[in-house]
Amino acid sequence: MLRIKPDQKQRVTLTVNGKLVSGYAQPRLLLTDFLRHEMGMYGTHVGCEHGVCGACTIIIDDVATRSCLRYAVQCDGLELRTVEGLAEPDGKLNTLQKAFNENGALQCGFCTAGILMSATKFLQDNPKPDRDEIKEMLSGHICRCTGYEQIVRAIFQASGQ
Amino acid sequence: MKPVAFEYCRPDTLEEVMELLTEFGGDASIISGGVSLGAMLNMRLVRPKALIDINHVLELGNVEFDDATAITGALVRQAAAQKMTSLMSGVPLLAMSLPWVGHYQTKSRGTLGGSVAHADPSAEIPLTLVTLGGSVTLRSPSGVREVAARDFFHGLLTTDRRPDELITALNWPLRRASTAYAFEEIAQRHGDFAITAVAAEATVAIDGTLANVSFGLGGVEDHPIVADTAEFIGRPATRDTAKEIAEVVADIVDPMVDLQANADYRRQLVRVLGSRVLSSAFNEASAVREAA
Amino acid sequence: MVAETISPIPSAVRVPIKFYPIALDRVRYVGEPIAVVIAEDRYVAEDALELISVDYEALPATADPEAAMADNATLLHEDVGSNVVHHRTFQYGDPDGAFERADRVVKLDWRYPRYASTPMETYGMVANFEKQPDRYTIWSNFQGPFILHALMTGALGVPGNRLRLITSPHSGGSFGIKQAMFPYMVLLAACSRLLGCPVKWIEDRLEHLTASSTGADRADGVEAAFSKDGELLALKFNNIVNVGAFVRAPEPASVYRMHSASNGCYRVRDIAVENRLVVTNTTPIGLNRGYGGPQFYYALERVMDAGAKALAIDPAEIRRRNFIQPEQFPYKAPAGATYDSGNYETGLKKALDLAAYDALKEAREEARAEGKLFGIGMAAGIEPSGSNMAYVTLAQTPEERAKAGGRSGGLGTATVSVDPSGSVTVKTVSTPAGQGHQTVAAQVVADALGLRPDQIDVITEVDTLTSAWSLASGNYANRFSAVVIGAIANAAEKVATKIKLIAAENLEVAPEDIELVGGNAQVVGVPEKALPVRRLAAQTHWHPAGLPEQMEPGLFETTIMNPEMLDAPDDQDRVASAVTFGYVFDLAAVEIHKDTGKIEVVKYVSVHDVGNVLNEIVVEGQIYGGFAHGIAGALLEEFVYDAGANPQAGTFADYLCITAPEIPDLTIGHFNTPSPHNTLGAKGMGDGSSMLAPTAIANAAADALDTFDVNLPLTLNKNWSAANGRPYERAGAAKAKVGDGPREEGAVEGGLKGEGTVELSASPIEVWELLLDPDTLAAVVPGCEELTQLSDDSFSAEVKIGVAGIKGVYSARIDLRDKIEGESVRLVGKASGGLGFGQGEGVVELEHISENRTRLSYSYSANVGGKVAAVGQRMLGTVTKLLIGQFFRGFDKRLRNVNGNSRRVSIGAILKRLFQGRY
Repeated sequence: MLRIKPDQKQRVTLTVNGKLVSGYAQPRLLLTDFLRHEMGMYGTHVGCEHGVCGACTIIIDDVATRSCLRYAVQCDGLELRTVEGLAEPDGKLNTLQKAFNENGALQCGFCTAGILMSATKFLQDNPKPDRDEIKEMLSGHICRCTGYEQIVRAIFQASGQ
Repeated sequence: MKPVAFEYCRPDTLEEVMELLTEFGGDASIISGGVSLGAMLNMRLVRPKALIDINHVLELGNVEFDDATAITGALVRQAAAQKMTSLMSGVPLLAMSLPWVGHYQTKSRGTLGGSVAHADPSAEIPLTLVTLGGSVTLRSPSGVREVAARDFFHGLLTTDRRPDELITALNWPLRRASTAYAFEEIAQRHGDFAITAVAAEATVAIDGTLANVSFGLGGVEDHPIVADTAEFIGRPATRDTAKEIAEVVADIVDPMVDLQANADYRRQLVRVLGSRVLSSAFNEASAVREAA
Repeated sequence: MVAETISPIPSAVRVPIKFYPIALDRVRYVGEPIAVVIAEDRYVAEDALELISVDYEALPATADPEAAMADNATLLHEDVGSNVVHHRTFQYGDPDGAFERADRVVKLDWRYPRYASTPMETYGMVANFEKQPDRYTIWSNFQGPFILHALMTGALGVPGNRLRLITSPHSGGSFGIKQAMFPYMVLLAACSRLLGCPVKWIEDRLEHLTASSTGADRADGVEAAFSKDGELLALKFNNIVNVGAFVRAPEPASVYRMHSASNGCYRVRDIAVENRLVVTNTTPIGLNRGYGGPQFYYALERVMDAGAKALAIDPAEIRRRNFIQPEQFPYKAPAGATYDSGNYETGLKKALDLAAYDALKEAREEARAEGKLFGIGMAAGIEPSGSNMAYVTLAQTPEERAKAGGRSGGLGTATVSVDPSGSVTVKTVSTPAGQGHQTVAAQVVADALGLRPDQIDVITEVDTLTSAWSLASGNYANRFSAVVIGAIANAAEKVATKIKLIAAENLEVAPEDIELVGGNAQVVGVPEKALPVRRLAAQTHWHPAGLPEQMEPGLFETTIMNPEMLDAPDDQDRVASAVTFGYVFDLAAVEIHKDTGKIEVVKYVSVHDVGNVLNEIVVEGQIYGGFAHGIAGALLEEFVYDAGANPQAGTFADYLCITAPEIPDLTIGHFNTPSPHNTLGAKGMGDGSSMLAPTAIANAAADALDTFDVNLPLTLNKNWSAANGRPYERAGAAKAKVGDGPREEGAVEGGLKGEGTVELSASPIEVWELLLDPDTLAAVVPGCEELTQLSDDSFSAEVKIGVAGIKGVYSARIDLRDKIEGESVRLVGKASGGLGFGQGEGVVELEHISENRTRLSYSYSANVGGKVAAVGQRMLGTVTKLLIGQFFRGFDKRLRNVNGNSRRVSIGAILKRLFQGRY
């Protein structure tokens, strides 16, 4: 059994986008804050910290989920995928990102990191979704700029249909 | 929106969970998916001394079946449950209600047991368990007990679970012969907790009358309830009966009032959605009976 | 302490309101800063925040502007002498005469809800104060307008060059909301000075939803005079703006933005406007997408539908008959706006075609024949863009304006430079938040210089010490394509001209024979006679002596331009408020399900004239985005306050942002009348349907329900109640009463109300004595840790209440009033704790039923505020019932078990449970 005292800083080691990283966290440190402030990975955005807006969605152990509802110490040893890991190493956008770019699926881009991660996993689960299924998946995200239409199109396009 | 400082405890076995519950009692919060609890922690509405993370207690993630029951460990994720064919065909009402639960990104992590432990009055999973007459298995340092779902939910976020108990499993009655199910709800937005959710289970006898009816309501009172439909047993399994049941029940419930809906409207939803799900369950149960 | 280093921030309303960014001795709204905690990180800061205990003396509060206007209402700002802090009337033409001539007068009044675009990225800022020279630097995602810089320097008491604002190159959405962060910037600047270190604040979502900014809720009315053939003869607007607890600049601009275009798309010239600004105990309002437009069109376009119905003219036709005609442009509107170009009828026709209007009307008849509630609604509007900074001075009388000195204009600035390596950089001060300014600026400059867009770097960071900026700089009022892009194009043109001159000399042709294409300056028609643009540009740095005579070396061109029509308001209160006037025509068809109240948007068509389109994908994105905000306001989103002015929508689980499945399918149509007010012929755009969708949907719902009495947002319960003739009042919502008069201390008209009866197994006098017995109370009040009797009729208590792990400790005070022994007592109390505070009152009455049986009736109203109200609204009512139930069960048990204790009096308990008792 692992026990960490409230003010104890515990070493947390994660695989993020295939790279082993580690840092220190008190039990109450949110995973989002760990990624951003301890790891310096600012790609994961924080929009509400109560699990509604979806901006912080990342893939943890092959599951798309809210990182604001996780504490860093819970994630020791887990494998994370964040938006930083989507593009090719040379910076070339992947198919989904390109589809977002071409369809104007992002404006301010704040919600985009989370939506890209949801959509990445969603398209693995459901490679040929229809528009309603895409919208249903998107209901777990709030985007205030686009009105969602261009996001739906981009995900549809990325599914290669 | 940062939680109070708490001790983090990650037991690997049920025994260790029991030790922690003995040590902390009501001062600990048990976290599985954290979909509701995480938000309450971040808002400091919940201020535990310790957070007991049961995600490493692997035995809580099992699903087992006996003759009449599907037993889902407390840690079974909502999305995973939805993908389990045996569970979904064995407990059709759960298959009908899970699509209404939360979002793709929360179901992936949220658990069946967590939803039952949280006991939101509008939540679909507690309503399903109550409608089916299922039960909750609880374990404390002093032993194991099983509580009927209909006795488990006391009120808003309040259950029969004692501070030193852990929900270890939910027990879902399996589909029975000549029985059909239906589920429906209305929410202001997709994936929101329902303003009102209704669930029905109906069994039709050889003569086309109702042999059994269970009519569950969520989001109406401060916990999921099942209407008393005893007087309708033996009545024809028709649309009119469905409508009558819904209307009778709508008049006797004591609905919650909140920003989204007043009592008048919740009663109406019991009437209209109730009549729909009952009718649909009656129809299908009759069809199943005839086919048999 | 902070306040000592800050002066109050003024607004255009000249009344004695002292607006500080932090409350001094009176707190006027939930969310108003009362303390700033600075710590090493946010976790520790929140720990420290909980150690602060504030002892409030409660005053009556209201969120309702009509209640706040009542004669005897409690004043928010006593020095003003009224909660109506601004009142002006305007008259253009002869509205009274026109109303007398009218065949038909139509009148509507309504409440417009408060909602906001809630950008996904919240406010964020770092403030740093340095000495020698004393200078504040603030890095933030502030969106402008930079006229607010002047207010910030005023508040901090420094000259302009000692407040350096640096805005981020990108911002995570804004929609107007990030204008209102400037008081917080002042506050953090002062903190940095006091502490001697940089201070950072990232607003969290709870803070954002209670204390950032929103659009205005209003209590408006309108009257329209029509001739019998549908000519709109005159309009009278009666606007009552709930401005929040303070007039935070640039308010009262929201009610003046549309003012000079009060005729909308129509030829009507006789117009009266009455504007009142009311302060209430709510968060101050400010810019929000469409700024003033949604509220304005809700008046104009709903009354057009009402007029059509009254005169039995098709709503499309009545609009068509009144449109300004294409040959009338540029059109001088009665209140001063100059409409640049347009063809409103073409837009209408296009919309009707796209909607298949005739078929849609048939579908409506068929649906109605089947008993369905089906309606069609529409709205037409101009989209003013590129504001005149002076329009807000309409809040002052011509005499006041004359005294204050002239104001006019809305400068656009931009810099295009080419460095010695030949690389091109554009600097714009348009603080983009996702509107694609970089994309469009690069494209326009690339076109001018014959380069590719990816060769142009666009710098959108603003630094008030180094950028070319002015008062109007920033991102609002659809400003980019109306004004900013013109300045960018102009600066690029200056660079292009210079390059052409150099090329002409090198190639020995006339400058007008040079064109910039494919990276080269080449002779028109002789592509082989060409020189690379990069080389020519570099020459201005490397070889100034070789430049044409009289040419300045270097390539650094800044344009500062003022659209010429942006003049000062005249003495008739006419002002050209904006530069370009786009046009939007929206048409909606809805079906309301009678059994569930579900509203289905069956069809939505939106036709836009944005002038020349600069970038199709950006324009389309703005149209979809504006549409989503408009639909959200129409159907879902509202900042609800309870009757005690407690905000009820503190989380994204309570403030229902629209999500993908709720967005109806949208059909977009375009036509373009290029603007003569802009070098590229473009018009501002972006507000779009955020201004019109609320009205189009409301009109459609009104048509479906056959009433004009509809109120947004059209939520399920509201629709169902309307469709079935049932009364509807939103639980806990603010509807008048509180603060409407001097009332007995402690008395509360609460957001939570309830009543009930219990039968108890004792005689009334036994019940009475036990009820008022402190020991009993201490025993039966769940969680009562300590009860102290302060006097005969006064108690204090510590209560620990927990529901489902949500635990809080509250200290309470309860007073007993109007005691009639054995019969009735009134309880008045208040309580506060870490999770919130509350006050309330209740009445308990005892009635003898039979021997040893007493019926106890109780009624209560309570008012709960603080975090628990904002985030737990959904549960308050239920918890209250739960706690009352617990109390009486405990009480009854004690009655059975304990035998009459003859000590004195007290009851308080019920209330105690209620007040503090939320969780």
